[in-house]
Amino acid sequence: MKFSLVIYAAPYSTESAATALRFAKSLVLQGHELYRLFFFGDGVHNASKLTVVAQDEINLQQQWSELIEEHDIDSVICVSSALRRGVLDQTEAKRHEFGIASAHESSEVAGLGQLVDAILHSDRVVNFG
Amino acid sequence: MTDKLTTARPAKSSITFISRSAPYGRNRANLCLDMALACAVFEQNVNYVFLDDGVYQLLKGQDGAAIQSKTLGNALETLALYGIESVYADQQSLKERSIDMADLLPGMQLIDNGAISKLIDSSDTVFNL
Repeated sequence: MKFSLVIYAAPYSTESAATALRFAKSLVLQGHELYRLFFFGDGVHNASKLTVVAQDEINLQQQWSELIEEHDIDSVICVSSALRRGVLDQTEAKRHEFGIASAHESSEVAGLGQLVDAILHSDRVVNFG
Repeated sequence: MTDKLTTARPAKSSITFISRSAPYGRNRANLCLDMALACAVFEQNVNYVFLDDGVYQLLKGQDGAAIQSKTLGNALETLALYGIESVYADQQSLKERSIDMADLLPGMQLIDNGAISKLIDSSDTVFNL
């Protein structure tokens, strides 16, 4: 089955972001197709690259990025949510004249049109947050 | 990624948004509105249900200026302009909060539990936040 996930939950604040990650991993393990991840609202922090996590704790952002890269998953960070929260990819960082991108390269900043597209192309859209 | 937009299914999808958070204090009401508007802009059939504390979003006379916030009610008044005409306020939620229809923005229809169930059942995708 074809799934898309919408993640509103910030990492570490509630369990939802970690649950979403485990759900995504399970989908892939069970052979489902993950059409798109859409990080929205506080959820955009899951795509943040400039994070330092204690060694004995799970680094959610890194795990998301590894999952996305390993399985070549289409991952979108909502542009309006991301810019105001300081989660910028290379393109946005350059456009707004910041020296460095703060988002993992595995995700791309784009608009809500990508969410609508995911709704239209997925058998299931599951929300976390 | 954006090229996927052009390959969207031709048929319209029926998407129901159940907004159950109060208008200020958290951003959930705004996230819900942004998603609903995006779906409407891409010409999908949008149903918008206000449930639980979500009915507070529909009160007349809101003014977000005092908290340097945009007034959500103003945006909700423009739903019809985006082609969102199926806008419902849950009867039970209004009753529990002693809110009369006269207190609400124009253009709202009342809905009860049974009708919400049917709406969910007939929708391709449901968002609940």
